[in-house]
Amino acid sequence: MDEVATVIFLTFAATLRVATPLVLCAMGGLFSERSGIIDVGLEGKMLMAAFFAAAISAVTGSAWLGVAAGIAAAEGMALLHGFACITHRGNQVVSGVAINILAAGLTVVLGTAWFARGGQTPALENSGQRLWPIFFPNAGDNILVYAALASVPLTWWIIERTRFGLRLRAVGEMPLAVDAAGISVAWLRYRAVLICGFFAGLAGAYLSIAQNASFGRDMTAGQGFIALAAVIFGKWRPFSAFGACLLFGLLDAVAIRLQGVRVPGIGEVPVQLIQALPYLLTMFLMAGFIGRAVAPKAIGVPYEKEH
Amino acid sequence: MRAPRRPLPAWADVALLPLVNIALAFVIVGIIVRLIGVDPFHALRLLVVGALGSSESIGYTLYYTTNFIFTGLAVAVAFHGGLFNIGGEGQAYLGGLGCGLAMLAFDRYLPAPILIPLGIAAAALFGAAWAAVPAWLQAWRGSHIVITTIMFNFVASALMVYLMVNVLIAPGSMTPQSRNFTAAAKIPAMHDVLAAVGIQVAPSALNLSIVLALLCCVGVWIFLWHTSWGYALRTMGHNPDAAVYAGTNLKTMTMLAMCLSGALAGFVGVNELMGVHQRIVLDFPAGYGFAGIAVALMGRSHPLGIVLAALLFGALQQGGAELAFDIPLITREMVVVIQGLVILFSGALAHLPRPWLQLLLSRRVS
Amino acid sequence: MPQLAGVPAIELVAIDKSFGSVHAVRGVSLAIDKGAITGIVGENGAGKSTLMSILYGLYRADSGEIRVDGQSVHMESPRDAIAHGIGMVHQHFMLIDTFTVLENLVLGAEGGPMLAGGMAAARTELERLEREYGLSVDPDARIADLSVGEQQRVEILKVLYRGARILILDEPSAVLTPQETDQLFRILATLKERGVSVVLITHKLREIMAATDRVYVMRQGQVVADRRTQDTDPEALAELMVGRKVRLHLDKTSTRRGEVVLEAAHLSLVDGRGVRLLDDVSLTLRAGEIVGVAGVSGNGQTELLQVLAGIRPPTSGTLTVRGRVIQTGHPSDPGEMRDLSLAHVPEDRLRQGMVAAFRASETAILGYHDEPPFTRNYILNAPAVGAHCASLMEQFDVRPRLPGLRSASFSGGNQQKLVLAREMARRPKVLLVGQPTRGVDIGAIEFIHRELIKSRDAGCGVLVVSVELEEILSLADRILVMFAGKIVGEVDAGQADERMLGLMMAGAKPARSEVEGVA
Repeated sequence: MDEVATVIFLTFAATLRVATPLVLCAMGGLFSERSGIIDVGLEGKMLMAAFFAAAISAVTGSAWLGVAAGIAAAEGMALLHGFACITHRGNQVVSGVAINILAAGLTVVLGTAWFARGGQTPALENSGQRLWPIFFPNAGDNILVYAALASVPLTWWIIERTRFGLRLRAVGEMPLAVDAAGISVAWLRYRAVLICGFFAGLAGAYLSIAQNASFGRDMTAGQGFIALAAVIFGKWRPFSAFGACLLFGLLDAVAIRLQGVRVPGIGEVPVQLIQALPYLLTMFLMAGFIGRAVAPKAIGVPYEKEH
Repeated sequence: MRAPRRPLPAWADVALLPLVNIALAFVIVGIIVRLIGVDPFHALRLLVVGALGSSESIGYTLYYTTNFIFTGLAVAVAFHGGLFNIGGEGQAYLGGLGCGLAMLAFDRYLPAPILIPLGIAAAALFGAAWAAVPAWLQAWRGSHIVITTIMFNFVASALMVYLMVNVLIAPGSMTPQSRNFTAAAKIPAMHDVLAAVGIQVAPSALNLSIVLALLCCVGVWIFLWHTSWGYALRTMGHNPDAAVYAGTNLKTMTMLAMCLSGALAGFVGVNELMGVHQRIVLDFPAGYGFAGIAVALMGRSHPLGIVLAALLFGALQQGGAELAFDIPLITREMVVVIQGLVILFSGALAHLPRPWLQLLLSRRVS
Repeated sequence: MPQLAGVPAIELVAIDKSFGSVHAVRGVSLAIDKGAITGIVGENGAGKSTLMSILYGLYRADSGEIRVDGQSVHMESPRDAIAHGIGMVHQHFMLIDTFTVLENLVLGAEGGPMLAGGMAAARTELERLEREYGLSVDPDARIADLSVGEQQRVEILKVLYRGARILILDEPSAVLTPQETDQLFRILATLKERGVSVVLITHKLREIMAATDRVYVMRQGQVVADRRTQDTDPEALAELMVGRKVRLHLDKTSTRRGEVVLEAAHLSLVDGRGVRLLDDVSLTLRAGEIVGVAGVSGNGQTELLQVLAGIRPPTSGTLTVRGRVIQTGHPSDPGEMRDLSLAHVPEDRLRQGMVAAFRASETAILGYHDEPPFTRNYILNAPAVGAHCASLMEQFDVRPRLPGLRSASFSGGNQQKLVLAREMARRPKVLLVGQPTRGVDIGAIEFIHRELIKSRDAGCGVLVVSVELEEILSLADRILVMFAGKIVGEVDAGQADERMLGLMMAGAKPARSEVEGVA
């Protein structure tokens, strides 16, 4: 019995560990997408944040400065995305793709130039440089994990119970109505994009200074896309997206455990199949095989005043 | 209040604007290079020389260009149908798989003149099939093709890793790659072909796939502007309601556009596996799929523009590699940065220079 | 100029506005009286909507002055207009479908960063407004579930909620049934009683006469007349609107009806929500006649055209086109219809009938692009396409005569002529036409009408759907009236009059004696 409890606890802890960056990114992505701006660039923002968080933490010796730097880096990318999509009404998908590619290259270029370790940042050792677990030493529950958990009800509350949230939802459905009501569409969307950057920054900082002890090239490994999948799978709603993140996190945690294990009736489950499951599941959802996912009506369409 | 975008004269829109966009990207890269402590102009010189300075570098430049042409055409064909195909990476991967499987199955039994077209056909088939699934989902279930193609890239990656590690790995090999193809499964290298007619050039990865690429350019041009199907496709891209009115079946046309697109992306596999590696390897799509978006955008989705844009990207790739070799402080990833910036400027920020260009041009007129 | 008492609620002085080379508003001066309903009437493109957009702060005038209650003001954005008590009810509602009525109401005037308090206060205020102005709507209903009339009421409530004392309504009855329109005018009368000033923009003379106290007539960006409504009549207004005596009836010979070319039997179309868009529609079209389908927009005419043209399959019923029976089990398609010599000029040319980005020569083959001589073995024959376009332009006087010019660069009238030319040049046996002269200038209208009659005389069966009753009356040999997806009346043109048709369009059957009396 004890063993089962331990396994469950460890699995749960592993799930949370993996899900934390997903949840943070998903909440950020939610704000952006509900306001009508597609955000394919979550991956890139997270990567930039991870790099700068680890780099600054290593250089200054302070994990908090690292977190701040990570957020700043992600916000920089977010502003770029906002500028391209909102002010210049550019193609939002292209902008996101560009940011991902830019981040992938820039983090290694800067990393090599500054630390000469082939893209890695120095390992963070002394206690000030990392974020440590708070209650359960083996479970890795550092402050960012709790932040991620808190971000879900916070996001829900902001979107559903505040004036800003009402306007945000409105601008994602019909920016024309918002404009006619005398509210600035651009400013609303910029705020959404900046909030997204904030969360993506936290997620990236978590990766490099909490979950791990340094930055390595491409360390986000597609998690930004899984977060996007979770947003869609969760039908653009905070708690559902959170559930999706947990599900995808669980899949990842289980994948390692299942490697080499023969499941009765199926045989050995290829780890790659489990890795691909979040994407396959999202595609099933998009195909309408598991319910319908209705996106905010005005998503992806740059808002042009008619004059 | 923003003034409406007044159209620039055609030549400025098609030629000048893209050049300005590239220039802006280079300026930013120059700043980054300076920040790292390297002289940007020195780096630029090394880049240019690295790309075009010798017959070997030109060869490699053109070899990279081949892939960019394939993925650029792929994105462009889909664009003309109003579809955003971001799945070029996955489609290229599967195209290579198809080509490779055909080789592994038949390369001991068939001669090159049959094997090569077979490989090309298999690449097209597999690439098209991988694009067909998101296409079907868009056409019949209304699923946003951007999301499904991105997801499918990841699925392709997982699939390929699984196959390479568990199924196709060459016996006794430590790395995930298949056995080598026989000599019949090789697309002749350009330097060999030229040598056969008496022209000596340094060996490079450039092979006759570039001929396939150029043929595809011509084929796409004819298809889009000189066939009734291309007309229907373009109608759908501009105005789906008008396409329905005109009797076009949107679902069928979506499938056609995406399958063509997937097939074109799949040809990257032909270049890589039959032209260079001579076996199935992992990670050969290497970002060509995404770069194809930039190529299509810069080339205004027209084959001629795509060739020019592909040349630029090919030169960047080769020059960047040489640059990283010469200046260790600048890694290969600098090319990635440049690519990202070019995509940003020619895609999302394409209209940024417009007001200044308009100002400039109107002053010259008055 | 007749002056009603007191300072006007709004005064526009010498307003001028151009968009590039289009001089939309030329030195317009007018006054909106307090506590009265002022109408602004004019055709499409007369400048009325632009003028009101300037008043509401959506555009900035190039020159001129706006005065509210005698004070000169600057309108930089709708925010300023709202602050001055001006509210606008747009033709296309600015309502969020997924929100409730209450949420739409408070958007922009939430009363604080937290919603809870603001929404409660809004609910109370909404109840007060409903009592005072007699508008009733369920605050928690989702907009998507409301009828068009109810949605419009929400728009009006939105405006009143923000303390508007001046209400601008832009073509409010365009999307309403006649009953809903009457309800609207009752609401406007109540508003007037409560001291609210109303501006009614419309092109329907009936409404001006019924609802307004004062009317301005605009034509080509200028105010050409200012009258007290009781001192004028529809004919006078129509003449002022158009600038010359309107020829309402073209000379046409009586028809020689031939065989049946199209027959619809019990066509029904039910949509996903169970709404019967077409309800047991049966009609016959013969060669050599023009059948006009009249009705207020939104009563199934659009769907009827789509079904007849093969764009949308009916849920039940049969369609027979030139002898070929098309059943619901076999989905028809536009290509098949074209093969049967049926041509279709769609209601919305920009959305369906042409591709704005295409050259005129490419638009000229839309729908026929895969037929010879344009295509052989799937290859397009460019010279043939170009020659065809040039020939069409010649026949139908499309200007400029440039097949290589982008379709969007042609004026509305020329675009329409090109589309008509494309369909009519094939000498179809059946011609379906939707809103043939929407957005078309007067000169082109007469040309188009003449061409349609010529087609009829050549033996074509023509079905014209139009919301302009004048047009139906001048073109049709037989008139069908559609209401709520049904054909509610069929009259021979010679026996029809506007009043009777208007009643049928409103879903009211004229009394038996009235019909017989006219016969």
